[in-house]
Amino acid sequence: MAATETQLKDLGEKARRMRIDILKMLHGCGSGHTGGSLSSTDIVTALYFYKMKYDPKNPGWDGRDHFVLSKGHAAPMLYAALAHAGYFEQAELCTLRKLGSRLQGHPDSKNLPGVEISTGSLGQGLSVANGIALARRLDKGQNRVYALLGDGELQEGQIWEAAMTAAHYKLDNLCALVDNNGLQIDGPVAKVMNVEPITDKWRAFGWEVMDIDGHSIAALCDALDRAETVKGKPVCIVCRTVKGKGCSLFEGKVEFHGTTPSNEELETALKELAEGACI
Amino acid sequence: MTQKIATRDAYGDALVNLGKKRSDVVVLDADLSGSTKTSKFAKAFPDRFFNIGIAEQDMMGTAAGLAVGGKLPFASTFAVFATGRAWEQVRQSICYPNLNVKIVASHAGVTVGEDGGSHQSVEDIAVMRVIPNMTVIVPADGIETMQAIEAAAEMKGPCYVRVGRNKVPVIFGPDYRFAIGKAHVFHEGKDAAIIACGLMTAEALAARELLAAEGINAGVINMASIKPLDRDAVVAAARQCGAVVTAEEHSIIGGLGGAVAEALAEEAPVPMVRVGMKDVFGTSGTGEGLLKHYGLSAADIAAAVKEVIKKKKSA
Ligand SMILES: Cc1ncc(C[n+]2csc(CCOP(=O)(O)OP(=O)(O)O)c2C)c(N)n1
Repeated sequence: MAATETQLKDLGEKARRMRIDILKMLHGCGSGHTGGSLSSTDIVTALYFYKMKYDPKNPGWDGRDHFVLSKGHAAPMLYAALAHAGYFEQAELCTLRKLGSRLQGHPDSKNLPGVEISTGSLGQGLSVANGIALARRLDKGQNRVYALLGDGELQEGQIWEAAMTAAHYKLDNLCALVDNNGLQIDGPVAKVMNVEPITDKWRAFGWEVMDIDGHSIAALCDALDRAETVKGKPVCIVCRTVKGKGCSLFEGKVEFHGTTPSNEELETALKELAEGACI
Repeated sequence: MTQKIATRDAYGDALVNLGKKRSDVVVLDADLSGSTKTSKFAKAFPDRFFNIGIAEQDMMGTAAGLAVGGKLPFASTFAVFATGRAWEQVRQSICYPNLNVKIVASHAGVTVGEDGGSHQSVEDIAVMRVIPNMTVIVPADGIETMQAIEAAAEMKGPCYVRVGRNKVPVIFGPDYRFAIGKAHVFHEGKDAAIIACGLMTAEALAARELLAAEGINAGVINMASIKPLDRDAVVAAARQCGAVVTAEEHSIIGGLGGAVAEALAEEAPVPMVRVGMKDVFGTSGTGEGLLKHYGLSAADIAAAVKEVIKKKKSA
């Protein structure tokens, strides 16, 4: 059941509009994580608008698939996806990080329906995803569980504890996606603390591994489809991405990990994204 | 002779009872199931037991996920590892999202004994108590442990229950009912009130006898619910006796003594003495020997009561 041409075109358009929302949100609030939100936008677009089952009117729906944003600092990207998915009005996006907002600096599940688990402290999401997968399997549910990890985040030891657990318990209802943009805060991942060879590591831990272009929505949809057919072990999709993807000013720039666009930068970026419009 | 049961054994039995009653109960351990007694549950309900291996951080995260998936998880290991190694996982993945996860940690305090200071948790109450949304219970005997596990299962939200390795005297009758936020007054006193938790309540009861022989009337209150603390009971005891001694198998910083001091300072300032580990780590020895070594015996509590009475008179 591969994605059709029309579907792919719509998904590309969705990702473009989400990037615009992300930039406006971050510009409006003046703080937050630009680079890692933009690098994972296509991944989450494929998840929320192609693959996952959910009901925004009933966030606790038993039949839903679960998404865990382990790299919680990419919250603006998740909020854009949730708004587009219909969990709340688009207008609420501009409350990001403001006092009283449900859109906390990092996702807060007790306040915002649609967020499965609060994250923000890196390294913890995969363990939670394992727990959800175990619970769903006990109930013989068909639900699938997805976790999005950063590549810098792989430096956390708990990720590898969880990698062992998922393989040990043969969690084939679980799929981890690594946003392999090659950068973290203090510089390139390879320089700060090398995590390569990433695919070999996951394979050695007993996972089925796919290595794809994380900005090709067709490749993402295809990988997510294939992941569902793997039996007896969890799947890790290593998504090769570019930090800051979609705006040439921010692409591959380590400085844009935690800085937000200025007025001029926003203008340039929006112009570029407008030129990328399908219509 | 008084019957003696280890609170960890009572925990194991309570889990099996709970597992029979509720199909949503799941149990996690980190390679210590024989010691924490979750092995009893593992044997009865193998499908609902998950050994996560020696990976306490992952265990806490997995427990959080099981709660998100609608289960009632109990996660167990030694108190040092549950609350120390995995503290931030407990904070971020369990308490911050306010998930229904129960952490029951065994081998707390110095009575772990021979394993020594590396294994003797004297900080766990403090570091659990400080996390928002967390409830903290330190049962005194097997009966109260069974009750505390039931209560933890009934309440919604994160809960930490501290149990011990060694057999301790059964001090409650079968009719006893524990409630979160409620202290149990064994004896009202006149000269000073002893507020204790865990195995130190039995020591406090023995101290009361020692003091009675010298004509001193000390009250004894069991404060299993450290958070929420039964402030009313603390204030009432302070007003009645004018002096308070706390007793716990934990550091005098941040645990029961800390919680009671906070309540007294704000609501009923009276002279106070804290019996507990005096800002030191433990060491190898027998459990009993260590209680004496660190000044945690009935005789030490009695001495503390006399000291606090002196303070009261000179105040
Ligand atoms: C436990 C923990 N340590 C440090 C941080 C601060 N921090 C936020 S983002 C980040 C870098 C993340 O790098 P990566 O996982 O590669 O994410 P991405 O590049 O995709 O944004 C760090 C160190 C954190 N959030 N959590």
